[in-house]
Amino acid sequence: MTHTTRRNFLKLSGGVAAIGALGFPAVSHAEGKKVVVVGGGVGGCTTAKYIRMMDSSVDVTLIEANEKYHTCFMSNEVLSGERTLDSITFDYEGLKKHGVTVVHDTVSGIDAAGKKVTTAGGQSFAYDRCVVSPGVSFKFDAIPGFSAELAEKIPHAWKAGPQTTLLRKQLEEMKDGGTVVIVAPPNPFRCPPGPYERASQIAWYLKNHKPKSKIVILDPKDKFSKQGLFLAGWKKHYGYGTETSMIKWVSGADGGKVESIDADALTIQAAVEEYKADVLNVIPPQQAGKIAFDAGLTDDAGWCPVDQKTFESTVHKDIHVIGDASNASPMPKSGYSANSQAKVCASAIVALLKGGSAPEPSYVNTCYSIITPDHGISVAAVYRLGEDGKIAAVKDAGGLTPADASDANLKREVSYAHSWFRNITHDVFG
Amino acid sequence: MKNRKPLLGALLLGGLLLGGTAQATPSGEMLGNTCSGCHGTHGVSMGPASPTIAGISKAYFVDAMKAYRAGERPATIMNRIAKGYTDEEIEAMAVFFSGMSYEPQQQKFDAALAKKGAVLHKQFCEKCHEDGGTSSEDDAGLLGGQWTPYLSYTFEDFKAGTREMPKKMKKKVEELQLKAGDEGLPALLNFYASQGK
Repeated sequence: MTHTTRRNFLKLSGGVAAIGALGFPAVSHAEGKKVVVVGGGVGGCTTAKYIRMMDSSVDVTLIEANEKYHTCFMSNEVLSGERTLDSITFDYEGLKKHGVTVVHDTVSGIDAAGKKVTTAGGQSFAYDRCVVSPGVSFKFDAIPGFSAELAEKIPHAWKAGPQTTLLRKQLEEMKDGGTVVIVAPPNPFRCPPGPYERASQIAWYLKNHKPKSKIVILDPKDKFSKQGLFLAGWKKHYGYGTETSMIKWVSGADGGKVESIDADALTIQAAVEEYKADVLNVIPPQQAGKIAFDAGLTDDAGWCPVDQKTFESTVHKDIHVIGDASNASPMPKSGYSANSQAKVCASAIVALLKGGSAPEPSYVNTCYSIITPDHGISVAAVYRLGEDGKIAAVKDAGGLTPADASDANLKREVSYAHSWFRNITHDVFG
Repeated sequence: MKNRKPLLGALLLGGLLLGGTAQATPSGEMLGNTCSGCHGTHGVSMGPASPTIAGISKAYFVDAMKAYRAGERPATIMNRIAKGYTDEEIEAMAVFFSGMSYEPQQQKFDAALAKKGAVLHKQFCEKCHEDGGTSSEDDAGLLGGQWTPYLSYTFEDFKAGTREMPKKMKKKVEELQLKAGDEGLPALLNFYASQGK
């Protein structure tokens, strides 16, 4: 297909879409086609809703084990007491209003050849296209002395909900002068700036309520997301770099890699030193959600390879994987990425169900971190599909909050962060 | 500003016919959908600070994005994001968002101040920001029912001189301040906040 022909085709198809929007009945060949979405997080809900918004003749079923969803994003503000768990809790009523059939059950298998999804409750759902958005699962056993059971006592709080409440309770019960140890995960993981925002939010709480306390971040990495901006914020608010700093970051090079944990004594043996915690938060290494493994959608690294234009699995036809579980590098594993990928995926699915081809995609990630209630920072990127069929960040666009941003702008970033939260959650669940 | 519409039309047409990029341009809907994480589904913001861009004038949207991209309008993040888009893409997004209906949002307001603001708006602002600042026909910014923190930031930027006011607006704002003093701006903001539906 020549360049000119492709452009003419796009103009033509754009014209048809415009006529459709003006009220002429659009002919849909997707009538009665079935899409089954596995997982009711950011990616799954956005895909389900947007498919229905783009073409209400498609039959969309979303299968999710839980009746409530707690967003991981903004859960660090629950830890500091700046917001309630209730404010990050969402249900599936909004999706039902868009005509999505919501089933609360646990998916037990995906039969890629037979094109059906089965559940622990004994139900079976046939699909024309399936969307798998299971988020991450934890490699608890990667840290000697740690386990899934111990996480009930030593919370990861990396999936929000009861884990967040538990960690908040432990912080509230900790004595002034106590030490909070955060064990950060290796790359890649959900929400790259998250452990460092968490340290900031806990520091905000301690500074105001238990000022003699300390936070130690044990990190296997030598650098992290928004590092310069976090360190500047910690310096400004939490004495970072001084003897009395509330936050200590131990990089991999400085012995931050954890070798083992004693869950009873709350001691952590790191590469160089041993640390004693009063509150211990272990964020384990991560991989794609369990169902992605069960369905054979993962690669050797434990993530799901996809065609980055449509998010269709490169392992199994007619199954799309989005969000944290997919390999959409260079997009980070963030809520905004999952939301953006979901819309690209929804557009592709609607077009493919009609026998057409997936439209030219566009993606964005925007990620805020809140260091104090008056100090927010962000990173953004605009992505497009490169000629090689891979997602690529648009050169010279996006990037970080400038290092010399004014206090007024850092404060504005907090209110834009809160706007982002209200808008993205409404876009996903509303 | 009304006479700018034919010009925009010409630009759009030019963009579609002549604009050559190596890649296909995503549709306005595809591009617009990437904005909703911060600006709300189809551009209807749930607030409290990100502005609603649904129902925005095409010319205003294009001007704003190009100004952000060129670093000519103060921003926290939009200047970084706007750099990711070509003229053609900005125009496609403008068509998408201007085609959505504007939904003025309900917010808290002081009724007495809002009443004073209504009088001031009518006298100094309505000529360009028609229908209480809810119309896109005038190619001016959306005000009535727009999120207060956003409008407030905008005025801070005008006041600090980091954003330039159009000449006519500058004159009207000066007249408004002479008449209403320090109460003028809060009165206007409360009036706009009172226009939610």
